[in-house]
Amino acid sequence: MSKRKVKDQQLTVGQCVCQVHRILRERFCFQKLPSAPVGLESQHKHLLELLKRTAIHGESNSVLIVGPRGAGKTMLLKSVLNELLDVKEVKSNILLVQLNGLLQTDDRIALKEITRQLNLENVVGDKVFGSFAENLAFLLEALKKGDRSSSRPVLFTLDEFDLFTHHKNQTLLYNLFDISQSAQTPVAVVGLTCRVDVLELLEKRVKSRFSHRQIQALSPMDFPQYVELVQQQLSLPQEFPDGRFAHEWNNSVKALCEDKSVEDVLRKHFNLSKDFRSLHMLLFLALSCVTPSNPTIKPSLLLEASRLCTMDCKANMLHGLSILELCLIIAMKHLNDHYQDEPFNFEMVYNEFKKFLQRKSHSVHSFEKPVVIKAFEHLQQLELIRPVDGSASRTQKEYQLMKLLLDHTQVMEALQRYPQCPTDVNWSD
Amino acid sequence: MSRYFTRLKMKRCYKWGGRPSLCNRKFKSCYYDSLYVSTDGQRDACLIQTGQHILVEGDDDDKPYVAKLLKLFGDGKMGLVVQWFVHFSEVPYNRRKLLGRTPHPQEIFLYEDRTCDGEIDAETIIGSVEVEHLPPDASFPETGQKGTLYFKLCWDTKAFKVVDAEGRHLDDKTPLVSVSVAPTTRVLPTPDATVMKRALSVTLSRVSASAGKLAASEVESGHSASKLSASKFLSRRRRGSCDSTPGVRKKLDLNSPNKKLTTDDVLGELLNEEIESQTEMARKLQSTPSKLPLQEFNLSPLKSSNRPSNGMSMTPLRSQRPPSPSPHTPPDHTSDWVSRFLGCCLIGFLFVFCSLTFPLFSPRARTPSQKKDPVSAIKEPALGSLAEELPEVSEQTDITPRSKRKSARLVSSRIRKQLNLLNAGEDQVFEDDSGDECFVPSKKDAGSTSEDEESGQAESEDEGISVKKRRLAASCRTPRSSRKAPASARTPHKSSSKKVVSNKPRTPRHATPGIPSRSLPARKPGNVLEEARARLHVSSVPDSLPCREQEFQDIYSFVESKIVGGNGGCMYISGVPGTGKTATVHEVIRCLQHASEQDELPSFRFIEINGMKMTDPHQAYVQILQKLTNQKATADHAAALLEKRFSNPAPQKETTVLLVDELDLLWTKKQNVMYNLFDWPTRRYARLVVLAIANTMDLPERIMINRVASRLGLTRMSFQPYSFKQLQQIITSRLNQVKAFEEDAVQLVSRKVAALSGDARRCLDICRRATEICEHSSSRQPGSGLVGMAHVMEALDEMFSSSYISAIRCASTQEQLFLRAVIAEFRRLGLEEATFQQVFVQHRALCRMEGLQPISVSEGLAVCQRLGTSRILLLEPSRLDLLLRVRLNVSQDDVLYALKED
Repeated sequence: MSKRKVKDQQLTVGQCVCQVHRILRERFCFQKLPSAPVGLESQHKHLLELLKRTAIHGESNSVLIVGPRGAGKTMLLKSVLNELLDVKEVKSNILLVQLNGLLQTDDRIALKEITRQLNLENVVGDKVFGSFAENLAFLLEALKKGDRSSSRPVLFTLDEFDLFTHHKNQTLLYNLFDISQSAQTPVAVVGLTCRVDVLELLEKRVKSRFSHRQIQALSPMDFPQYVELVQQQLSLPQEFPDGRFAHEWNNSVKALCEDKSVEDVLRKHFNLSKDFRSLHMLLFLALSCVTPSNPTIKPSLLLEASRLCTMDCKANMLHGLSILELCLIIAMKHLNDHYQDEPFNFEMVYNEFKKFLQRKSHSVHSFEKPVVIKAFEHLQQLELIRPVDGSASRTQKEYQLMKLLLDHTQVMEALQRYPQCPTDVNWSD
Repeated sequence: MSRYFTRLKMKRCYKWGGRPSLCNRKFKSCYYDSLYVSTDGQRDACLIQTGQHILVEGDDDDKPYVAKLLKLFGDGKMGLVVQWFVHFSEVPYNRRKLLGRTPHPQEIFLYEDRTCDGEIDAETIIGSVEVEHLPPDASFPETGQKGTLYFKLCWDTKAFKVVDAEGRHLDDKTPLVSVSVAPTTRVLPTPDATVMKRALSVTLSRVSASAGKLAASEVESGHSASKLSASKFLSRRRRGSCDSTPGVRKKLDLNSPNKKLTTDDVLGELLNEEIESQTEMARKLQSTPSKLPLQEFNLSPLKSSNRPSNGMSMTPLRSQRPPSPSPHTPPDHTSDWVSRFLGCCLIGFLFVFCSLTFPLFSPRARTPSQKKDPVSAIKEPALGSLAEELPEVSEQTDITPRSKRKSARLVSSRIRKQLNLLNAGEDQVFEDDSGDECFVPSKKDAGSTSEDEESGQAESEDEGISVKKRRLAASCRTPRSSRKAPASARTPHKSSSKKVVSNKPRTPRHATPGIPSRSLPARKPGNVLEEARARLHVSSVPDSLPCREQEFQDIYSFVESKIVGGNGGCMYISGVPGTGKTATVHEVIRCLQHASEQDELPSFRFIEINGMKMTDPHQAYVQILQKLTNQKATADHAAALLEKRFSNPAPQKETTVLLVDELDLLWTKKQNVMYNLFDWPTRRYARLVVLAIANTMDLPERIMINRVASRLGLTRMSFQPYSFKQLQQIITSRLNQVKAFEEDAVQLVSRKVAALSGDARRCLDICRRATEICEHSSSRQPGSGLVGMAHVMEALDEMFSSSYISAIRCASTQEQLFLRAVIAEFRRLGLEEATFQQVFVQHRALCRMEGLQPISVSEGLAVCQRLGTSRILLLEPSRLDLLLRVRLNVSQDDVLYALKED
């Protein structure tokens, strides 16, 4: 072992970078759970105890984990389950049923999935037999037969919980909650949702049976913690094969986080959103530029990654337009300015365009009308303009009312950055 | 058993027999002595006379009621007055132990209940049945026909009492015997198979009984078999495969009344005189024990004679006959000449038999498992019809002890070999068979004919030779389609569809629902708080329900009066969720059940359905039926069965209490589910009490059409939300001396909940959460160990505080800024709605004010969408891009409040 370690210490830079990529990608692509939930410690404890009580005492419970996307709800649940299954007393006792509102789009499918995952007797192989009604009756009967002390607790996790509330009559939820409130097989129902108003979606009978326990997966994180988190996410673990490289890497990461420009970038990100996914996206872009010839994350890499992340897609699209199309966009912008965002049609734009040509037609050719129409249609295909709702399709193309889907600033920015933009096109009166 | 089903297929006609014996002018009714039951397509009618025992259509096709006919009267329609009998299975569960022994499968009890109506419609008669009284100390006959029922006790809803032969009911008994014996040849062509069968079997068993119960053991085995469960039955049948059951299938008659199987016919005619003489003799002998030998005649001598003659070795069949009780062994003098006669005829008959049966013999059909095989069923009609040719003789049936399965198989294999040689030239017979088969609509019917065959065979057994041949056939076919196996298939009409349904769902048959049990026992609560938590869980059933005394009393007296009075009724119970509606009803039922166990009340059945626990309103029928009779059926079929059950005059032995929870979900467009649920209790014979529960008080007015609301009636009850005092009492009673809460804490919880909803579940959940919080905090800093105000406040906060505020507080800076921009734009517009573009202008301005770098439109949209997915904002679909409209899902004040703290 030690021999190997000694050998490992002489890894080439290329091998080291490979290792770094492997380790960090595992982190950023959510394949690996963090050792401890960051910022959700109390929620973690609460959920763990709740589920433990179900597993060990046979107490039925229901709980909702609510939090915005990317806040770590699934991570929280997964780490709790990991920890729970480490307890020997629990491991052999609990039955897990995992449902997802995006997959189980109605109760029929959900019931089949439940019976399949519980491996009840009407399951042969992977197939569940019986009609919907029979399945329901069968499952209820099965769950009813159990009692608190003797039957195995069943843990239901309902991902995208809010989608289950759209099922007909909310039969599944009613029955799950009803079981959790009656002396049947002990169950724990854990719902994950990003909707804050989820309780209002529940029907009154279902709501009454729900225990109203909500765990808010919200972390009141501030910026220093965020930076710390970034550093932690980028650092290499102790057990990295090449100790020297790891040390260097970690030092460079530390330096990176103290860099002023990096701090600005991170603060901007932090202000935008606190969720882990967007952070991971940023770091991932930076990481992908790390090569053997460039074996550390430099502030410039992070700046570039940030630029990619926060790029405005519409402005980018404008860069690809022809001069004619750009002129039409500018004409539209003028119309918008004149008429306070009222919709326009092709003829109006064309007139505006002709006026422009008359005034300063030094550099721009005068185009035939059909060519202009073509350009106009191209803009519509790019969805830079869209027809106003309700404007009848039977009206002639030229007179169909349109709206510009670009903001004033986006047009201005695009004009400034447009490569070799003729100066008189830049008509800003 | 399902064998009764076949009859339903036929339309029965009823006709008075003879002139009215007595006329009551006042009621314009006449009394008659007898009644003819005939079936269309049937020449002869079955005569039912007063004093005879009859089968009456019950709510369960499998088990018709048994009754004794006391009077026949006509006043416009045909009516009967009967004395009911009950099967043991009709005795309520909790009383069954009173019998003190396992009942004989064919034992019935004289039913004495004054509340039970003895008047029924003639149309409900299925046929007659033989009932035999046994003295209380006599043991039940061991073997015998399926048909005969025995009774020695009387059941008066409280206890089993002995009905001694000389006592009250003996005089009822005696005429019966004479009656059923009397119609010998006359009754023979009865339309109804079972009537026939019964008639036959009874004579026999009576004879055997009078002969010192010699045949008892054999009779018994046959009987018990008929009552066994399907699987057991099958195996039993396999063993006793040669069982011959007397009885003629009516169906067959219908199909081929005048079927000519030429060879057989000739033989039949040839034999006629012998048979005639024999029957004469039998009839003469019948009432005396000396007749017994008659039953034997075709057994032993027969086989000895046939063995050498045809080389088709029958030996195993006969010689391995169960040696057991063999009560039929008294010295037989008649058997001598019979055997002689048989010997000479047998070769010919065997030939005939072979020709008849051969074409249908496939190797498979002959294996023991053939019972279920349609092939075996198919071949039977021909033989059955054979039996029909000689109906007169069938009266003096004999039961032959059956060969064991093994022997049967042996024989069948040998015969098969023989038959292979005879293969050629039997085609026309085969055609005959197949022609027969054509009538038969399905394999079920084919199955049913197998019984015809059986009965035909049995019936003709004592007629000697022709029987011989047929019996041979039977034994060759050994595991002759058992009565049970086809039963599932044989059922006609409704019952058939019912059975089919139960088979069709491909659910593995014996899937028993159940969650595996845990490997380690659940841990018991360790400390006071855990104990309190366990008690406070909504699921723990309290010893008593406090605060619902009045409602409890009302429901109790309502249901009790209906049970005592034996009539039906509806009650509508409403109340918001969590006010104890279902719990109270369950408590009432528990008390009533206790009372009925204490004999203070007649027994009743309790059934519960829940609108939320079914996938479709019509599933209600299925569930009710399943809980009532344990049958599976489709919704339509179940509705029909229930309709029949609740509307037919039949001795409903007990009241049914039906709890319909979440009634509003049973609403359908035509409202027929609700209509039926409330219509059944109004039926005269239904004895159904319906307790309907729903949340809204005015449900009947709101969603029910008039005819439904009218049937629901005005017996209504509404559960008010709990007041804080009641909630407090509930918590205290649940805690029951466990000192875990401070008084004030309990009061706080109850006041808070009472002010909000009055939902007891909520109250209990909060208390439970408070114990958890208490446990946490005490681990940090040791306190009193009691749940105090602080803990309760925290729990209340957790459950009732709006999560919007905390969500907004934890949102990112830009998100918060966007919310402020939304509010600013709303204020500017004076509207509660703005497009993203408008808001974004505000947002950019705010960014500049806050000294933040302005964000791009794409980022702004992302921020907006994030707020939209958490439903802090309500958004239009994102394809509208800049033009999508934004609304707040929270009040502006809440947003400002949440943002101000920052």
